[in-house]
Amino acid sequence: MEKFKPLPSLPAPVKTTGIIGWLRTNLFSSPLNSVMSLILGYIVLSLLIPAINWAFVKADWFGTSRDACTSGGACWVFITSRFSQFIYGFYPETEYWRVDTTFVVLAASLAWLMINHLPWKKWVSIFAVFVFPFVAYVLLHGGHFGLMEVETHRWGGFMLTLVIAVVGIAAALPLGILLALGRRSQMPVIKSFCVVFIEVWRGVPLITVLFMASVMLPLFVPQDITFDKLLRALIGITLFQSAYMAEVVRGGLQAIPKGQYEAADALGLSYWRSMSMIILPQALKMMIPGIVNTFIALFKDTSLVLIIGLFDLLAIVQAALTDPKWLGFSTEGYVFVALMFWVFCFGMSRYSQHLERKLHTGHKR
Amino acid sequence: MKKIGSVAAAAAVALTFSVQSHSATLDTVKERGYLQCGVSTGLPGFSNPDDKGNWQGLDVDVCRAVAAAALGDASKVKYVPLNAKERFTALQSGEIDMLSRNTTWTLTRDTTLGLNFTGVSYYDGQGFMVSKKLGVSSALELDGATVCIQAGTTTELNLADYFRQNNMTYQPVVFDTSDQTVQGFEAGRCDVLTSDQSQLYALRIKLADPSSAMVLPEVISKEPLGPSVRQGDDQWFNLVKWSLFAAVTAEEMGLTSANVDQMKNSDNPDVKRFTGAEGDFGKALGVNNDWAYQIVKQVGNYGEIFERNVGANTPLGIARGLNALWSKGGLQYAPPMR
Repeated sequence: MEKFKPLPSLPAPVKTTGIIGWLRTNLFSSPLNSVMSLILGYIVLSLLIPAINWAFVKADWFGTSRDACTSGGACWVFITSRFSQFIYGFYPETEYWRVDTTFVVLAASLAWLMINHLPWKKWVSIFAVFVFPFVAYVLLHGGHFGLMEVETHRWGGFMLTLVIAVVGIAAALPLGILLALGRRSQMPVIKSFCVVFIEVWRGVPLITVLFMASVMLPLFVPQDITFDKLLRALIGITLFQSAYMAEVVRGGLQAIPKGQYEAADALGLSYWRSMSMIILPQALKMMIPGIVNTFIALFKDTSLVLIIGLFDLLAIVQAALTDPKWLGFSTEGYVFVALMFWVFCFGMSRYSQHLERKLHTGHKR
Repeated sequence: MKKIGSVAAAAAVALTFSVQSHSATLDTVKERGYLQCGVSTGLPGFSNPDDKGNWQGLDVDVCRAVAAAALGDASKVKYVPLNAKERFTALQSGEIDMLSRNTTWTLTRDTTLGLNFTGVSYYDGQGFMVSKKLGVSSALELDGATVCIQAGTTTELNLADYFRQNNMTYQPVVFDTSDQTVQGFEAGRCDVLTSDQSQLYALRIKLADPSSAMVLPEVISKEPLGPSVRQGDDQWFNLVKWSLFAAVTAEEMGLTSANVDQMKNSDNPDVKRFTGAEGDFGKALGVNNDWAYQIVKQVGNYGEIFERNVGANTPLGIARGLNALWSKGGLQYAPPMR
């Protein structure tokens, strides 16, 4: 008698696998869905095809003047021919390497800290926090060690956007943590100072802060003393964002059960040790979405500096659009700016999600 | 605490104004080695960064002329881009030495803002742009036209006045920004677009086919644009004023950046005085005697400045019109240099 042999299992029906299966379950599962899919598909395609046509098929990419734009689509020549100006602003061309070096060092040390399993994280973070700011200042501003001085009014473009965002982020977080701790403090002077600070800065729009810094402040100080315009804007942005950051951090601190505070006290830890070893590590982990949210908002807020005459990425593109040789290419310019901002904000958002997954130790619901 | 703050602020303000009235701007500029000049953050043909990031434009060339006169080097200028709101504060607070930023000279500004206008570098005025298909050659033929206009500007008032004076009717189509106004004009929502003439030429380039539109010759408002300086420093006021006059005078005398070196050696006493070979004009202004020569050599005469930045051979293609010399039917007139 022949041994029983089960038939080999058949492949799943074509209709339920692969692209066809996906289409059937997601787009055409019922007559109503099918009709809606077709209508939406038509709308998307009728918008997308002209956009792709404009941006890629009929676009012109290379050249030096508007005469190179003959195809009728997007004139990316405007972007490519002025690309270095959009990135470096009015920075002298021979000194571009200084900007490059600064941001490569920054990116490298950040990457070092972000990638798991790399050694000497402690030293790299000490370098990033205490040494790098001086290195960056010396490199970007110059005037020491034989480097040519490049005053801040020549900074511009995407480099300025990054400088403002990085300084704002790096300074607002520690300041915000201190303010949040202060607001929860038992000491009345510290507490009321922090409450007033936070409420005052949260109560005014950033545009007002920038105008105050650029228009009003110079009237109040003697003529001989001139504060750097960029420095004024940086201080304004940092203080403004630290107030927001403080409230995010305070939210995280309040989410920590009271037992944790009491346990820290019971162990005999001092205030700073209990904060740095027990409370903040737990709280900051939970605050990641809120903190990154604030960072992304800050990154986009940097373009507000254009109203005080600093040339960030958006402002330099707008200024370039007023060159008589390039009048009328505003669409290309704004698309480019939007793309640059999107890439960076999306990157930050993705990294924060990665960080959340990496750090989730018992809080996931 | 607050009281101390306000007292300190008041003291600071008092100190600021007292400092201003005593320090001589010319000496400060010479000591510093460069001129701080406020320009626009971007206005086609007047001040905008070029491909290399250098500022260019008619307003920018006025700054360069003053730098050439004061320091002998037109490149020694730090441009401070300012928006419309902060321009006067920047001048009052001493952040800039002069303002050359497309600013209309009006009585209110001249009297209440603590500044002095030094002259007119460009005679602007509100004008009309029409499609050539319309077959109109004068603004007086615009009875019953639909007019594209930007909201909230004085152009709206001027337009209403002009049409009422001439017993004509019109239909306004209002837009928020100048870009939208152009698009409305191009889409045929109106027959006429109105704005300052210098703007009209820039807006025209934004059309898909710039040659399909033309700017009508009529100007219906006065917008004299000029540089300004802080009140209370007459020496500096004189220098900025005469730097502009020198550029106009050079055009009258036929001196250009190309021929000024040759003409310098001519026997014409006017030219000799102008270039500083004779006389003491420079000393009277507190600068080197060859100040006017440096302006013409490094920046050019007024005609050259105009043609280079906004003239017929630039994309803007603005005709001289009111900005021609007085001897050629325009308004540019310099007092005699004697």
